[in-house]
Amino acid sequence: MTPQIAIFLVLAALAVAGAVSLILQRHPIHSALSLIVVMVALAGLYLLQGADFIAAVQIIVYAGAIMVLFVFVIMLLNAGEEERTNLSRMAQYVGVPLGVVFLVEVAYWVGRATSHMSQSTPQSVSTHDLSTLLFREYVFPFELTSFLILIAILGALVLARREDSE
Amino acid sequence: MEGVLDVVGVESPGGVVVPTSYYLVLSAVLFGLGVVAFVFKRNIITVFMSIELMLNAVNLAFVAFSRALGQMQGQVFVFFVIVVAAAEAAVGMAITIVIARNRGTLNVERVDTLKH
Repeated sequence: MTPQIAIFLVLAALAVAGAVSLILQRHPIHSALSLIVVMVALAGLYLLQGADFIAAVQIIVYAGAIMVLFVFVIMLLNAGEEERTNLSRMAQYVGVPLGVVFLVEVAYWVGRATSHMSQSTPQSVSTHDLSTLLFREYVFPFELTSFLILIAILGALVLARREDSE
Repeated sequence: MEGVLDVVGVESPGGVVVPTSYYLVLSAVLFGLGVVAFVFKRNIITVFMSIELMLNAVNLAFVAFSRALGQMQGQVFVFFVIVVAAAEAAVGMAITIVIARNRGTLNVERVDTLKH
């Protein structure tokens, strides 16, 4: 086993464990911390694939900004433990096994259908090439995203404003 | 151009790299877990988090294809997906705050005005 495959397996196990923990945890703050584990593991996988810039953005924007927003709102709203709702019998004995079977089958077929791609020559993408592409060919979508962010900020402010302050 | 891990010597020159299908299987599993979390979780904030998990799984597939095919467009797309996810999280959290203020609950089963 090459060191790369060993690193991949460790990070993949960490990501899947974090995702399962996200489902099983009852308290939202624990779920948020589990999701941060998944995101850091994915950043490691991006590094393993030579996508340095995306790995850095993943840590800074996702694990940094977005998850801080989630944790902030959880604490602001003082979200407590999730109420337990009992699954119906149908969901418990039919839905859960079918879901597991579906998950395994999708993973199996995706792996089988793309196994021939492992032979293609991989190559790293430098941040320089990526930024050239982003600011030449994709400069219009890039500018559009700044409008999107601006509209999102305004929308969030209008939504969260108290009605009686008008 | 070498990646960070090439520089620190993890990648042996000409050695076997991780097959693309491994990444795609992991991506499919993470997406499936995100769907399961979306269906099972009751707290509206956790439902938003499972959407983020699904977006992350798709990003992983984008990067894996980008590397396998030697094209950079996949990584540009991942960048845009992250930006849109940030906007979505901001608006989603504002909606969550409004729901919590108006209804006093974060349970999605209690937000059922359209049912009645």
